[in-house]
Amino acid sequence: MTTHNPPPRTAPPAPDAARPVLTVRDLNVVYRGDRTVHAVKDVSLTLHRGEILGLAGESGCGKSTLAYAVNRLHEWPAEVSSGTVTFHDRDGHDLDLLALRDEELRRFRWSKLSMVFQGAMNALNPVTTVRAQLEDVLTTHRPGMSKQQRRARCAEVLDLVGVEPGRMHSYPHELSGGMRQRVMIAMALLLDPQVMIMDEPTTALDVLVQRGILREILRLRDELGFAVVFITHDLPLLLELSDRIAVMLRGEIVEYDTAETLYRHPRHPYTRQLLESFPSLTGERGAFLRATGPASPPAAGPAPHDQARPAGSTR
Amino acid sequence: MTTLEVRDLVKEFTLRSGLRRSTLRAVHKVTFTLVPGRTVAVVGASGSGKSTVARMIARLEKPTSGTITALGPDGEPVRDRAYRDHVQMVFQDPFASLNPFHSIEHHLARPLLLHGRAEGREEVREQAAQLLERVNLPTALMDRRPHELSGGQRQRVAIARALAPGAQVIVADEPVSMLDVSSRLGVLNLLARLQQEDRLAVLYITHDLATARHFSDDILVMNRGRIVERGPADAVILDPHHPYTRTLAAAAPNPELRGRLRSAEPEPKAATDRDHLTYDHDAGRWIDIDADQPAAA
Ligand SMILES: Nc1ncnc2c1ncn2[C@@H]1O[C@H](COP(=O)(O)OP(=O)(O)OP(=O)(O)O)[C@@H](O)[C@H]1O
Ligand SMILES: Nc1ncnc2c1ncn2[C@@H]1O[C@H](COP(=O)(O)OP(=O)(O)O)[C@@H](O)[C@H]1O
Ligand SMILES: [Mg+2]
Ligand SMILES: [Mg+2]
Repeated sequence: MTTHNPPPRTAPPAPDAARPVLTVRDLNVVYRGDRTVHAVKDVSLTLHRGEILGLAGESGCGKSTLAYAVNRLHEWPAEVSSGTVTFHDRDGHDLDLLALRDEELRRFRWSKLSMVFQGAMNALNPVTTVRAQLEDVLTTHRPGMSKQQRRARCAEVLDLVGVEPGRMHSYPHELSGGMRQRVMIAMALLLDPQVMIMDEPTTALDVLVQRGILREILRLRDELGFAVVFITHDLPLLLELSDRIAVMLRGEIVEYDTAETLYRHPRHPYTRQLLESFPSLTGERGAFLRATGPASPPAAGPAPHDQARPAGSTR
Repeated sequence: MTTLEVRDLVKEFTLRSGLRRSTLRAVHKVTFTLVPGRTVAVVGASGSGKSTVARMIARLEKPTSGTITALGPDGEPVRDRAYRDHVQMVFQDPFASLNPFHSIEHHLARPLLLHGRAEGREEVREQAAQLLERVNLPTALMDRRPHELSGGQRQRVAIARALAPGAQVIVADEPVSMLDVSSRLGVLNLLARLQQEDRLAVLYITHDLATARHFSDDILVMNRGRIVERGPADAVILDPHHPYTRTLAAAAPNPELRGRLRSAEPEPKAATDRDHLTYDHDAGRWIDIDADQPAAA
């Protein structure tokens, strides 16, 4: 998909336990309203430099709420009711993200920690070109860059995600859904951040393009040592990609282990159900529709409201 | 019951970069037929022209050449005005298509009233509640606004809204790509059931080969604006002939092949020598649509 061939890679660097880049401690996030929704419950996670951390769980379990809160992007009625989020900068400083003031926060976002939002392909500004939007980020955060350098950097990141750099002159509506999604990933890569939080970043892509991008991310991780929180409901994808995986159920992390252990020895019944619920590409036609109902969370507590009901056999 | 015939559909876009202009052929001679009670899935590369085909069918885009004809049960072409009632779209992006200022009930009430499917507040509310149940959402969500729902919940509202006016032909452009697996199955089963009950003709665009196979009768594989392979769902997925289809099918995530992404081996690339050809499983041979004749094997 791009002209890059990933260089030979040895085993991924083991996450360096001594060097976390992001620590989340006992985080609680609620949505205030007539009925308070406790969307994130006592979540603790440690992201190490160079680590790919997968966050899995079904729709509505709180993945996006967690991602927004970590990046301080949550807005009322969402509220962090307790907990801490600490960013351990490369230069040795610790930043208390929940205490940052607006100006500090602006400088911090994109340059040290970038985020690809769920549905980000619709977040591009419809009235300016892709090039203008990418260059805008560079002009703001890298004022020293020349016009030529900016242009070259934009072409470089687009190429990384498999969008022909010539298409940077397009307006968002002139690109396919998957191309827009790739532009947003390119934007998150633009400033070489230390951490990228990617919330369902590849839902609009075919598997070939998806794999090309994931390979580039792994390659850059090896080269630059950044860390990624990769959020998706696609557990098979996470198993291929992640060093460690956190499984979320109704706002809580119910299992948190290396991808290998989680696959071989899942401990929580919900993890097991998730692992079993994927339709097989080549299995008996229609079999999974009848046999394998969706992963329904174990009985504890009320069923979340957007749990799918069991798939009936209809064909 | 409506049949939709798509013949030799072509779409060209003009690309500008400064003063330079170039032409992009996004869709090249695409032909297929949607029949009542059957689903055709379209899979393929990002940017290969799938949504452009869908948008032309929904009349959001004018074909450069080629025809799209809806035929009623009598075999006569459906008149222009009825076309919109007959052909409904479910779009790729739930975020852009819901209005943040309106309640979920409002989103469903509009098409119900507009198409005369319900009258009066009580009946509208009742039908809206039924629609929510059909997409596996609790009726309690009715009074919420889109931003109060998770991404998956929003997508289901968008699907319910498309179902509201009643339709003969449904063009669903990645209707479930943002849903997790269990919700996907719930919604696709729902679509399948509706289709059986109402004899709907369905075009299902997706990147998920597994659901394409399990929920459709036929599959079209697109790459660079062309259909490169076509045929019964099982034949296309289990016995792919075109190099592009083969590479695509082999790339599906597979937990047993963990670590594949991390290996030093480059990602397998499809050979391009057959890019201009179509493998047709029904005909059992390669077809060169430009030459309008069978291709030498
Ligand atoms: N209005 C437009 N102007 C110019 N080019 C366009 C326009 N709409 C689509 N294109 C181009 O046509 C090609 C096909 O786009 P389309 O949206 O049909 O792809 P797709 O198969 O749906 O891809 P995806 O899987 O990423 O959604 C792309 O190169 C796209 O950039
Ligand atoms: N603005 C909001 N107001 C009230 N509840 C919300 C809001 N946004 C999300 N929620 C609820 O919080 C829960 C978690 O949502 P979300 O973080 O989007 O889940 P996920 O990303 O895992 O699909 C869901 O129950 C959802 O309905
Ligand atoms: Mg989400
Ligand atoms: Mg599309």
